Amino acid sequence: MSDLLYMVLVAPFKDMAGAPAFLVEVLIGGVFAGLMYSLVALGFVLIYKASGVFNFAQGVMVLFAALTLVGLLERGAPVVVALALTVAVMVGLAYAIERVVLRPLVNQPQIILFMATIGLNFFLEGFGEMAWGANVKKLDIGIPDRSFIVRGVQINELELTAAVTAAVLVTLLALFFQTTRIGRALRAVADDHEAALSIGIPLKTIWVVVWSVAGVVAIVAGLMWGAKSGVQFSLSLIALKALPVLILGGFESVPGAIVGGLIIGVGEKLGEVYWGPLVGGAIENWFAYVLALAFLLVRPQGLFGEKIIERV
Amino acid sequence: MASAAPRPLLSVSNIEVIYDHVILVLKGVSLQVPEGGIVTLLGANGAGKSTTLKAISGLLRTERGEVTKGTIEFQGRAIHRQNPSEVVKHGIVQVMEGRHVFEHLTVEENLLTGAYTRRNGHSTKKDLEVVYHYFPRLVERRGFKAGYISGGEQQMVAIGRALMARPKMMLLDEPSMGLAPMLVKEIFDIVGRLHREEGVAVLLAEQNATMALQVAQHGYVMENGRIVLDGDAKTISENEDIKEFYLGLTGVGQRKSYRDVKHYRRRKRWLS
Repeated sequence: MSDLLYMVLVAPFKDMAGAPAFLVEVLIGGVFAGLMYSLVALGFVLIYKASGVFNFAQGVMVLFAALTLVGLLERGAPVVVALALTVAVMVGLAYAIERVVLRPLVNQPQIILFMATIGLNFFLEGFGEMAWGANVKKLDIGIPDRSFIVRGVQINELELTAAVTAAVLVTLLALFFQTTRIGRALRAVADDHEAALSIGIPLKTIWVVVWSVAGVVAIVAGLMWGAKSGVQFSLSLIALKALPVLILGGFESVPGAIVGGLIIGVGEKLGEVYWGPLVGGAIENWFAYVLALAFLLVRPQGLFGEKIIERV
Repeated sequence: MASAAPRPLLSVSNIEVIYDHVILVLKGVSLQVPEGGIVTLLGANGAGKSTTLKAISGLLRTERGEVTKGTIEFQGRAIHRQNPSEVVKHGIVQVMEGRHVFEHLTVEENLLTGAYTRRNGHSTKKDLEVVYHYFPRLVERRGFKAGYISGGEQQMVAIGRALMARPKMMLLDEPSMGLAPMLVKEIFDIVGRLHREEGVAVLLAEQNATMALQVAQHGYVMENGRIVLDGDAKTISENEDIKEFYLGLTGVGQRKSYRDVKHYRRRKRWLS
């Protein structure tokens, strides 16, 4: 019994203390994975905040953005041009979704909108593969996937770039939400649809803006994941990892998506490396879901979820 | 304009509203609000007051309702097919029943959202000051989340937010709901001042007939989706039926005991 306790509670920490440089490497790996989860989760949060729609297609939007980018690069477009065109495609997609999917379904129950995003999911998946092909593609954006060593710690250049990009993007989004007129309107819509309408905030514009922003976030996520592990169908499955992040951070919180992603990224890497051998590995695969489950029991609104304001 | 019948600011003619394609809620409602006037719409729960206001502001469609007959004109322009955002741009803002503040936004942010339809930033600041001038209580609350302030303050936020759109006319839906009598009086006083000093026309839907008839110049009484009585506020408040059924007074002018009400129910004269 005491052996088991020692193995679970003491030995892993001794290992950590014994090789600090390795620990830092594991942590950095975790932070990188976490930021990637956060980026995907952010797309969910934005749409959920402004329209209360849980967008099942967010994962596929990441895939679609990455496919579009790769497709354009393959046809010889310079990186900047390809990026600009991809942004244009995602904004166009937002317009189309508002016009074809959301507008006809306004005032329908939430579940109907959710079902519509499932349809959107399949459409985008099929359309993306039809337009750009279904084989695995390499995405090369000119950032080499090589490492350099600082004080005995290996740092991957690509991961570093991704982390910085994610941080910048999140800061910009937070500023946009907190300080601009449109951002304020977005938060107002998230709070009370009808009241927002009553003071003249046009829902259509808001939806297009929010889906466009989610599209741009999807591009960044697709870019980073694609550069790391190639552009392929499994990219859309990272959406599944975003779910526990959302539950942890709270569905309507931008900071929650970031912190939740980091906790899950770092947690699963640490668990895998230091506790994995005890249970035969693969902690990485279930850690996030177990953590999410525990959170649902204790704090269902998540770490930063909006507390339901109740007046007595 | 001293002509005998100046063109009304708002003119609702004979509208019919159907919810969900089947439920007939308004059955030929007509009413008018003159330039810079206060008009009240009285009636019990479910009489159709809110529906009438929502038909004007265009919020009806978000509840699957539709104006199927009749017209609504504002300054001579038909507005019954326009969406809420266009209606606000024309100068009509509705303050919804139950306040509906944005709970997770601060008081000041709530007010600022009201200026969404008007893009020029520098006059927004001035409007903010106007709102704080009428609702000095909100100044100390400006940084608070609106979900945590009192009901009366929330009502002030809701009215102030509407004011930020610089409306020519406000549609107030039950501003007295759930408020203490003293606060009700305060809110009504402010509405009266807004009307006098800013020249905002008001269409006020209320169950609190006593209060409403004090500030209003003209009144309409609704029942079952119809207008059953209209006249200037003074005439209405002296009407026997109104006294009996809305003001809770007997013919002699005394308060009526609830015990009597149970035993005796006079028929309203306007219902056959």
